[in-house]
Amino acid sequence: MKPLEITLGAASIVMFAGAVLGLAPELQLGSISPPAGLKPYTLSERRGRATYVDLGCMYCHSQQPRDKVQAPDEERGWGRAATPGDYSYDRPHLLGTMRTGPDLLNIGVRQPSEDWHLLHLYQPRAVVPGSIMPSYPFLFVKKDRNLLYPGDRTLKVPPPYDEPGVAVVVTEEARDLVAYLKSLKRNHPTDELPPPVPPPEEAKP
Amino acid sequence: MAAAVLVTTFLMGIVALVAVLWAVAKGQLSGGSNGARVIFAPGELGIGENPNPTADLEPDPETGLVQGQTIDELQARIEADISSRQPVLAFAGSAVLWLVLGSVLGLIASIKMHEPDWLNESRLLTFGRLRPMHLNVVAYGWLSMAGIASALWLIPRLLRTTLKGGGFALLGAVLWNVAVLGGVTSLGAGVSEGLEWLEFPWPVDALFVLAGGLVSLPLFFTLRTRRVEHLYVSVWYLTAALVWFPILFLVGNGFSLFAHGVPQATVNWWFAHNVLGLWFTPLALAASYYLIPKIIGRPIHSYQLSLMGFWALALFYSHVGIHHLIGGPVPTWLVTVSIVTSMMMFVPVVAVAINQHFTMWGHFRYLLTSPTLRFVVLGAVTYTLVSFQGSLHSLRTLNTLTHFTHYTVAHAHLGAYGFASMIFFGSMYFYLPRVVRFEWPYPRLITAHFWFVFIGFGVYFIGLSIGGLLQGFAMLRAESPFMDSVTVTIPFLVARSVGGALMNVGHLIFAGHVLILMLHFGRARTAPAQFKPLAIIAAELKS
Ligand code: HEC
Ligand code: HEM
Ligand code: HEM
Repeated sequence: MKPLEITLGAASIVMFAGAVLGLAPELQLGSISPPAGLKPYTLSERRGRATYVDLGCMYCHSQQPRDKVQAPDEERGWGRAATPGDYSYDRPHLLGTMRTGPDLLNIGVRQPSEDWHLLHLYQPRAVVPGSIMPSYPFLFVKKDRNLLYPGDRTLKVPPPYDEPGVAVVVTEEARDLVAYLKSLKRNHPTDELPPPVPPPEEAKP
Repeated sequence: MAAAVLVTTFLMGIVALVAVLWAVAKGQLSGGSNGARVIFAPGELGIGENPNPTADLEPDPETGLVQGQTIDELQARIEADISSRQPVLAFAGSAVLWLVLGSVLGLIASIKMHEPDWLNESRLLTFGRLRPMHLNVVAYGWLSMAGIASALWLIPRLLRTTLKGGGFALLGAVLWNVAVLGGVTSLGAGVSEGLEWLEFPWPVDALFVLAGGLVSLPLFFTLRTRRVEHLYVSVWYLTAALVWFPILFLVGNGFSLFAHGVPQATVNWWFAHNVLGLWFTPLALAASYYLIPKIIGRPIHSYQLSLMGFWALALFYSHVGIHHLIGGPVPTWLVTVSIVTSMMMFVPVVAVAINQHFTMWGHFRYLLTSPTLRFVVLGAVTYTLVSFQGSLHSLRTLNTLTHFTHYTVAHAHLGAYGFASMIFFGSMYFYLPRVVRFEWPYPRLITAHFWFVFIGFGVYFIGLSIGGLLQGFAMLRAESPFMDSVTVTIPFLVARSVGGALMNVGHLIFAGHVLILMLHFGRARTAPAQFKPLAIIAAELKS
């Protein structure tokens, strides 16, 4: 074979694959209308989502519950199987490929408490002993208890994670992030078909 | 729609099969009966390239022969090696620096997984930033630059001429470094596109496309002045890889800028798996297809198979990406395409396995002497293993267990480290002394490098695979709380840090040795830098 044949062959194969794996799904799904039960993110939730990206939460948390035929995700309270419509407002997509921590696509359903989330972000081990999720103290400001401003929202930190005389003040960024987490609800009914049982191809060796 | 695409894919597969058969029938793939031999000088078969590059032209003390006695050929080979010196050194030197940085980042990230409150005051050092910094530094700094260095050194050798247009590659090296540096800096600062493997912001991506294009130019210039009839299989892989990279980067990043939701995720994984399969893999295979036969002095086992393996790899690997999203909200037909092509990957993988392992068969004693061969053969064997493993966990049954767990991370390192990195280490041990014309001064450092990374990686891989499986089982047991799947992994995460620390030590030793070599420190050796002196081996063989 000549260099030109190798070049053209290689280039056209990869472009073809790109069309199958990228363009075809875009044509099939790109224009489906968002489900009625799904609201666009608010400004605060959008800022929170940006923090989620910035701090790399997706390297430990997926956002794609699997079908109950395949795995007990729904039983764990992670929600019904996700459908393409659930991601109508998601850019960048945050599907994730790791579950070092639980799936979060429905965290807003199972954990609606803002206080819980804030404390968990400040120190996960204060709410879940043995957790290996990182703590995010920089989303909070530590202040002298006597020097608080009237509007400051403080966090009640249980021992041993509290410090005497120090108040932990919640930042705007932390509240936005929690607003995003609370917005993660995909429990609206879906008329899209759930993924069917595994196709027969795999029976072959 | 779905059915149409599926049908097209299969038709395409059949057309390709027919094309391959036709090519075989017409002798297009055979390169004459001597295809596999184009990398040897006349009379060189059975001898193996002199392990000591600085003594190429000296007669062998035992046989009195100068490697096959073709001084002209050897002289031309030396000229080829020297012609690529500047760009090769630029890429290889930078690669080694990125390796050291990237592995340190990996180690910190690893420790943070079991010590989550360590270094928690800074955003820069939070796990979620360190991890993409680690991945991008090792992928685009270390693996890519090491692969390009070996490509640039291989090109003039394989085409029996000198490298043309090396200046473009040199410029490419500068841009490439600027891009990696700019990319990690922005990730450290929290500027990320948020897509795995595509984290770098788009101006950095544009630099990569440009740098990748520049790097491929010398190949095409040199091809035009080639002095070989047949293009050896390594040239096929290199040509394809250097064509694929700019396309992948351009399309992957461009498309993901505009798409959202599920289609963005499918492009994301089309891109990411192709970086593995159509970039790192062909670069590494090109090196091992050259080095193994060259060092032991035997042509590869079945040359035609290697050429068919090439097209099978191109065709199947390019479609496997969606096996990263099995069980996700993706159309079933798409997942099926990827699972089927993942199974088909057995074809090219077995083709490579037959060629590389059968060529080695009966020649394992060289593993005792040749550092290059030990690293490269380890990498080649790992390629077979990681690919078999990959095909298996593409099956939905196994994927249900292992997806989302540390088992995948272990597989990722088996491929990126055990296969690709090992081959790039090995090829550096071969070409660096040849391009700087100075033999490795301290063979013991090579021994130390090998054992540190071998043992360290063994601990890393075995530990994390077990931990990942236990994690997967715990997560599938609906009745046990999620935290069980966390607690069970802790000892294995610690093991990963221990193994990773050993790998880091190995990398520092290697980097130090490379520095010594480049500065020509240490005594100039007349004997080749081998694990065991040749004389001892010869004596052992006689007895
Ligand atoms: C090193 C991996 C890791 C990273 C990074 C990480 N988490 Fe977690 N996360 C975990 C683990 C493990 C758990 C389970 C234990 C727990 O609840 O703390 C968890 C639990 C959670 C929960 C509770 C889920 C539930 O079902 O109760 C939320 C909410 C959460 N994480 C949000 C985040 C956010 C937001 C970020 C990014 C700022 C983040 N996590 C980053 C590992 C991680
Ligand atoms: C036939 C060959 C292969 C197949 C079928 C295959 C299959 C897979 C699958 C299915 C996954 C996803 C696992 C999951 O998320 O559940 C995966 C991940 C991965 N594989 Fe392979 N693999 C193969 C070879 C390789 C090789 C040769 C390399 C290295 C060069 C490699 C590197 C990786 C990496 C780095 C990941 C992790 C990607 C990420 O999540 O960031 N694989 N592979
Ligand atoms: C230079 C060789 C290395 C290469 C090529 C490499 C490559 C990779 C890749 C491709 C991933 C992504 C895995 C995935 O998404 O599934 C990754 C993740 C990771 N690597 Fe490495 N790595 C190397 C060395 C190391 C070392 C020495 C350590 C130290 C322990 C390390 C620790 C990690 C950690 C902690 C992660 C994150 C895993 C997670 O997200 O759970 N790596 N590496």
